[in-house]
Amino acid sequence: MSILVLAEHDNSALSPATARTVAAALAIGGTIDVLVAGADCGAVADAAARLDGVARVRVADDAAFAHQLAEPVSELVVHLAGDYGHILAPATTTGKSVLPRVAALLDVMQVSDITAVKGPKAFERPVYAGAALQTVEATADTVVVTVRISAFDAVAETGAAPIEPVAFTPAAPKARFVSREAAASEGPELANARIVVSGGRALGSQEQFNAIIKPLADKLGAAIGASRAAVDSGYAPNDWQVGQTGKVVAPDLYVAVGISGAIQHLAGMKNAKVIVAIDKDPDAPIFKLADYGLVGDLFELVPELTESL
Amino acid sequence: MKVLVPVKRVLDANVAVRVKADGSGVDLANLKMSMNPFDEIAVEEAIKLKEAGIAAEIVAVSIGPAQAQDTLRTALAMGADSAILVKTDETIEPLAVAKILKSIVDQQAPDLVIMGKQAIDDDSNQTAQMLAALLGWPQATFASKVVIADGKASVTREVDGGLETLELDLPAVISTDLRLNVPRYASLPNVMKAKKKPLEEIDAASLGISLAPTLRVISTARPPERKPGVMVGSVAELVDKLRNEARII
Repeated sequence: MSILVLAEHDNSALSPATARTVAAALAIGGTIDVLVAGADCGAVADAAARLDGVARVRVADDAAFAHQLAEPVSELVVHLAGDYGHILAPATTTGKSVLPRVAALLDVMQVSDITAVKGPKAFERPVYAGAALQTVEATADTVVVTVRISAFDAVAETGAAPIEPVAFTPAAPKARFVSREAAASEGPELANARIVVSGGRALGSQEQFNAIIKPLADKLGAAIGASRAAVDSGYAPNDWQVGQTGKVVAPDLYVAVGISGAIQHLAGMKNAKVIVAIDKDPDAPIFKLADYGLVGDLFELVPELTESL
Repeated sequence: MKVLVPVKRVLDANVAVRVKADGSGVDLANLKMSMNPFDEIAVEEAIKLKEAGIAAEIVAVSIGPAQAQDTLRTALAMGADSAILVKTDETIEPLAVAKILKSIVDQQAPDLVIMGKQAIDDDSNQTAQMLAALLGWPQATFASKVVIADGKASVTREVDGGLETLELDLPAVISTDLRLNVPRYASLPNVMKAKKKPLEEIDAASLGISLAPTLRVISTARPPERKPGVMVGSVAELVDKLRNEARII
């Protein structure tokens, strides 16, 4: 049985999401190929070749794949699909856009956002914002899966897999890349950070969000997250949103500041190893989940915490 | 321009989810059901396009039991012109939903399909992409801004690490993200008017599409609970716990 893993990258660097997806592929078991679709992406292919457990890196280096749009990349994957029993991608915004197209073109269901491998074709996945965990088994010959990257530990980088080019020209595009605007963020990437500090609606404004949350995050070397309420109120960019409809994180330490703990937020962080909650409402649901809870005025407590670290 | 908006009837976002004790699924009996929140955003965006003079007609479509009529009436009360219920009492997987929607698209010939990025029940996030693939149409997922002009859609997408803007040839499929708009509430007069708007019913079995599930659900379980935590009385105590008990900083 062979497994194809679609690499996540920006043409210059391989995202850690790929090493975590390879870990899920190892749990399934089989010969693992990584597909790098991009333009001038040789460095990415080299990095993918170092991932433990990878048998071969296949590289489609073509201007058509420069922005990894869903239409050409899904055509490419379908073109290669006959060689594989499983096709995996990380459940990133790119993976989530590409892989359902692949599944539909192969006339199979996709198993979305798996959190554990239970058998060669059986997987655990959260539904209802993580309020329930479903175990499902695929019955089709080709199994198409997106992987929740926070649920798998990255494989090491001691390998040296061969790299082979793939020649494939997709159809003329009906969707074209116009522009990309990167979110302003200096700290570590939210999805892969060891520590995350998140702010909620209680911060009250974008200025106060930045004034209270950022110094603590800087002191801890943490990525900054936000609740949906904080994002909706314009205190933080959507890219920082942690929750069912934002990012799902599982850091070693998650510090929730002024977040009451709506179920859709808890869905994004409840698998953190240690959770700290700071909020003025002692009845806030977040305290039921927190390992350490501190009730009080966040505008006093958080600067004091920042100061004492 | 004609816009098709698929909407799904789901457990209301404010209702606590209860897993059945026998592991056979989630208990939905006698609980409040509502339109999937991301689909409300899709309906709102279609209405905005109509108010701007870009869309001429909005057709809402839902696949589900007879009660999904309520969801369609909500879409009509918000401002959709007509509705189609593809009736079935079975649980339909996203791939079959995409195939049913494709047959509705073939029949209705819309210029744009706009729908929620995911349903808040099964959280699959795949139907829009599957529909686009089956139609051979371009897609823009996770839209936070949509501009239609000159037969093209310019769509700004919420992607990891920022925003991306794509230009799509129409017809196309767009899936909505949270910040695209704030859906309106239907006013009482509009709710009354919606009762008179056309709502067509089609039997899903009549479409010649296999509705049998291809993913076998083995079990549905409650997630493991975290062990109870402690409340600390001061910042100093918190720092002490993090350093010496959790050893995390």
